[in-house]
Amino acid sequence: MQYDVAIIGGGITGSALAYELMRYRLNVTLLEKATEVGFGTSKSNSGVIHAGHHAPPNTLKGQLEWEGNQLWDKLADELGFGFKRIGELTVALDASQIPVLEELERQGKERGVSGLEIWDQPRIRREEPNLNPNILAALYAPTTGVTNPYEVCFALVENAIRNGLVVQCDTTVSAITKEGGCITLHTGHGEVRSRFVINAAGLFADQIAEMAGVPAFRISPRRGEEYLLDKRLAGLIERVIFPCPTPASKGILVIPTCDGTIMVGPTADPVDDKRDVSTTFAGAAEIFAAVNRLVPGISERDCIAEFAGLRAVADTEDFIIGASPLKGFINVAGIQSPGLTAAPAIARKVVRILGDEGLDLIPNETYIPNAPKPIHFSGLPTDEQILLCQRDPRYSQIVCRCECVGEGEIVDAIRRGARTLDGVKLRTRAGMGRCQGGFCTWRVMQLLARELNLPMTTLTKHGDGSWLICDREDAPCSPGS
Amino acid sequence: MLTGKLAQLDGDYDVVVVGGGPAGMAAALGAREVGANRVLILDRDREAGGILLQCIHPGFGLHHFGEELTGPEYAQRFLSEVCDKGIDVLTDAYAADIDLDKRVKVMSGRFGVRIISGSAVVLAMGARERTRGAIRTPGTRPAGVMTAGLTQRIVNMLGYLPGKRVAILGSGDIGLIMARRLTLEGVEVVGVYEIMPYPNGLNRNIVQCLNDFDIPLHLSTTVVNIHGRDRVEKVTVAPVDASLKPDLTRCSDVACDTLMLSIGLIPENELSRHLNLRFDPATGGPFVTSAMETSIDGVFACGNVVHIHDLVDFVTQESLLAGQGAGLYATGHRKPADNIRLIPGDNVASCVPHTISSDRDHTLYLRVKKPLDMSTIRLGEVYEKKLRYVFPAETLTVTVRPRFLENFHGNSLRIDVQPREPA
Repeated sequence: MQYDVAIIGGGITGSALAYELMRYRLNVTLLEKATEVGFGTSKSNSGVIHAGHHAPPNTLKGQLEWEGNQLWDKLADELGFGFKRIGELTVALDASQIPVLEELERQGKERGVSGLEIWDQPRIRREEPNLNPNILAALYAPTTGVTNPYEVCFALVENAIRNGLVVQCDTTVSAITKEGGCITLHTGHGEVRSRFVINAAGLFADQIAEMAGVPAFRISPRRGEEYLLDKRLAGLIERVIFPCPTPASKGILVIPTCDGTIMVGPTADPVDDKRDVSTTFAGAAEIFAAVNRLVPGISERDCIAEFAGLRAVADTEDFIIGASPLKGFINVAGIQSPGLTAAPAIARKVVRILGDEGLDLIPNETYIPNAPKPIHFSGLPTDEQILLCQRDPRYSQIVCRCECVGEGEIVDAIRRGARTLDGVKLRTRAGMGRCQGGFCTWRVMQLLARELNLPMTTLTKHGDGSWLICDREDAPCSPGS
Repeated sequence: MLTGKLAQLDGDYDVVVVGGGPAGMAAALGAREVGANRVLILDRDREAGGILLQCIHPGFGLHHFGEELTGPEYAQRFLSEVCDKGIDVLTDAYAADIDLDKRVKVMSGRFGVRIISGSAVVLAMGARERTRGAIRTPGTRPAGVMTAGLTQRIVNMLGYLPGKRVAILGSGDIGLIMARRLTLEGVEVVGVYEIMPYPNGLNRNIVQCLNDFDIPLHLSTTVVNIHGRDRVEKVTVAPVDASLKPDLTRCSDVACDTLMLSIGLIPENELSRHLNLRFDPATGGPFVTSAMETSIDGVFACGNVVHIHDLVDFVTQESLLAGQGAGLYATGHRKPADNIRLIPGDNVASCVPHTISSDRDHTLYLRVKKPLDMSTIRLGEVYEKKLRYVFPAETLTVTVRPRFLENFHGNSLRIDVQPREPA
């Protein structure tokens, strides 16, 4: 089969583009090298939908940040993923930082970002009593939101599949050739032929461009560590807290996630290895020292999980979006912050570029805009829980005790595409709470094995070689002995 | 295994026990013993018995039954009695919430979501294990980092292995026992790394699980990095100084495919927090009276929810008391309130219960802060006892009898464990 568009990379960019393209009568495929979409850079993103005023105005980032921000409400509403506009405060700890806040406010207002206000100390204390009392002033932006990037990827792709997208996971592109009007992607699972190819390969976008014979940029990984805190701290802070930015970085944030936990981070360390997602002593120390200046009540002892992700930073420090010298090959690269915020706008921009490059964009009359929303049982009012369980008692068969996730939700996640322990975790939160899967891992594995009809020993944490348990070779009661 | 049964889930009980492990079962029996008729045990797992069911090694019951039993055997003795006494057991049931009127919101695959009330409630949810996040071990996040309890479940109940070559961080008892179990199952255990200068498990487990199997124990050493993208490939270990700070100039790598964590237990008090009980930061559990009653009337607690126990026999003893307290509360026959507060003094990390009464015997469970040879335990001016050694990993029990307190008229007693000159 020949596709109209093949997207390389199932991160937030590739997923958003796939979702957008399915509005048209097109044959589209998405190739992802991991076992599930969203498992790369997007999984470890902070999940902040930026207010719209942070990125410099003369950049592509600056143009797409505010445009993207405004698209999130409708997207969340149609696809049913968690999204809350909780607002943000960028705070000044000394007087020299106040002009920076004023400049940000001016920059935002010029762009049309609504609701920006500078707050004085009494206002800050009233609204966020747990912030460091020495904070002098803060720029408040109500348009900031929080979401779970992986949940968004799953929802986008799930909807796109309903509209005809072909997803190929565990599929790595190893060579790219062009014959006539068609580009061929060579993968471990055979060839994929397509008129247009979108390079949304994140950290590896430079290598993909090189394979296509159009090397024009370099992607350097910049690592960010994040630490997730116990739910006990829910409500300590209501809004995303930014320190006053420096030219180099937005700094280390305090993020109340849309699941009611608090996350702190990220660091920003250039690394050499595109797979180096390790956390470090230094990173933890840096983050907790920085966070203590913002919210003194947060302690390292509240940490329940830590992780790191890599930003795909292009040498231009800006998004690279556009056609390349190879006809039909389009780069969408260097999508670092505010890439998540901008993703829906990036997708629309790429569709326009595809149109300009000669792709016929005929609206798909059978397009389904929404998706059946996953049920998050623990968040329902008791009356609804009672009614739901009368219909399907598996929802009240609780598997994950920390996050109150039942068998019903887990089976649903597997039916929606979860193939791994992490896939279930990221869709349902099973294993994400304070015991970090200590109690539920084996039960989730049993459900995966049952639903996918696989032996327990073939299950993985996140695909590849991430096996979870092995057989007793000399098991006395194993079959056949 | 004989398991409990429940014909139908009624709305009202004399005593609702949350948790069907050894603590919950003993509490239910205690409540029944003093005349509570309608007693319900709720348990999240498929069978009652709690963590005992995955503890297939022997060593349980020496104190309580005077014989050595395995975990499932110990559990079965209680479960049989629970069934004989007509106590309702609802398994696969999750207590999601409790309010001050002692109404428990229960979720069960069989009964859906129900609200049950108890005249008294016993919290017996046990503990959970500390995880990697709690100690923020740096490195990657591959498969193969798991707690000792999960490993125990996988090996002993599901019949799989966690990996082929295992390094163990922490010397908690479950970790030590799993070091032996894994060795017996043919897994190579490369070593146990303990950050403290002394082991964190019982001495008998160090001897029987490590020494007997030539498994090296590295004290004052910790894991400073985990490597491997998909599965653990190796860990880096380093010695620590007196302030527990690792010396990164003296690192070495240990090849393994699994890192098992045995870094301690935390009382599982999620539900207790909904009730806003008063907590003891030293134990991580609620403050309790000598009847194991919490700061909220009619809410009792026992077992690892209150403080981490070394031996299930101690859990049983304490939980019987809690159950009796709850049963008496539910039937309107309470014992006189406590009149003496206990205050942890020198080298005492924690003491349970937090208050006692001068009119009856009490067992106090103490934990010391640091090891001492040749010491004396003192209860204010009223009692002292010489001890050969004390160890943070081993609970110290002291029986207080009314006659010690005959001439005592204060309202608080300080407990100290102090060094003494050898005789």
